[in-house]
Amino acid sequence: MRQFSQFVCGLVFGLGLALAGMTSPQKVLAFLDVTGTWNPALLFVLGSAVGVTGLAFHWILQRPRPVFDSCFHIGPPGKIDRKLVAGSILFGIGWGISGYCPGPGIALLGAPGNPETAVFVSGLLLGSGLAFAWPDQQAKTGRT
Amino acid sequence: MALADFLPAAGGGLLIGAAASGLLLLNGRIAGVSGILRGFLAEHGTAFRERVLFLLGLIAGSALYALFSGQYPVPRSAFPAWLLALSGLLVGLGTGLAKGCTSGHGVCGLARLSRRSFGAVGIFLGTAVLTTYLVRHWWGIY
Repeated sequence: MRQFSQFVCGLVFGLGLALAGMTSPQKVLAFLDVTGTWNPALLFVLGSAVGVTGLAFHWILQRPRPVFDSCFHIGPPGKIDRKLVAGSILFGIGWGISGYCPGPGIALLGAPGNPETAVFVSGLLLGSGLAFAWPDQQAKTGRT
Repeated sequence: MALADFLPAAGGGLLIGAAASGLLLLNGRIAGVSGILRGFLAEHGTAFRERVLFLLGLIAGSALYALFSGQYPVPRSAFPAWLLALSGLLVGLGTGLAKGCTSGHGVCGLARLSRRSFGAVGIFLGTAVLTTYLVRHWWGIY
């Protein structure tokens, strides 16, 4: 059941991304391009997604455990550290260049006639792998 | 903005929210695509298979939508491939370091009122707006 719900949640997520227009980098860039012909549609995507998730999470986290697992896999709220800031800057640059973020990039691998995302996802995999090699600030200070 | 733009945007957000809520309720997991991708690269066994199934669902969902709506995403003709590859590399490295992207920090993190996520979203949105401006209006690449 766990594996089945992983697939179904992914499927609904992918449907949502496509319906919302997130799988159109042109629409995403039209939102980011505030000095061009600005398209605010993404605000409504984020607004309704965060709204639903906020209400549901509040309710779900009052349960003792999830349906198919023994605990919720949610880390404690962390601090805003240098790694978060540097990572978010790099992500913002990458997102602003092409209009692809990880979800839509991977979701579009199944769309026919679009070789763009194969190139993007190759870079995405390489970059994600590289991130594992990044020195960990906390581990370093912990050792000395 | 026309109603024809607003309704699918809000409806799509609703489905994204339902999927993220469903994943937490059923499996106790955060639906952050970059996090699932990191798991895909680093995990083995059952955890690996679960990540693969979510990613396959993601691909199937977008393909289903294209099939039923008849709207296929159109690739840009003049966008340089090396720039796409660089963009992917930066997105992968950045979301790896920040431990989250538009779904993990942007949807699930904001919904949890996480300070880290508010910080991340503010920074990556600001940087993306600036980058889009430079690439389009200084560099002239669309």
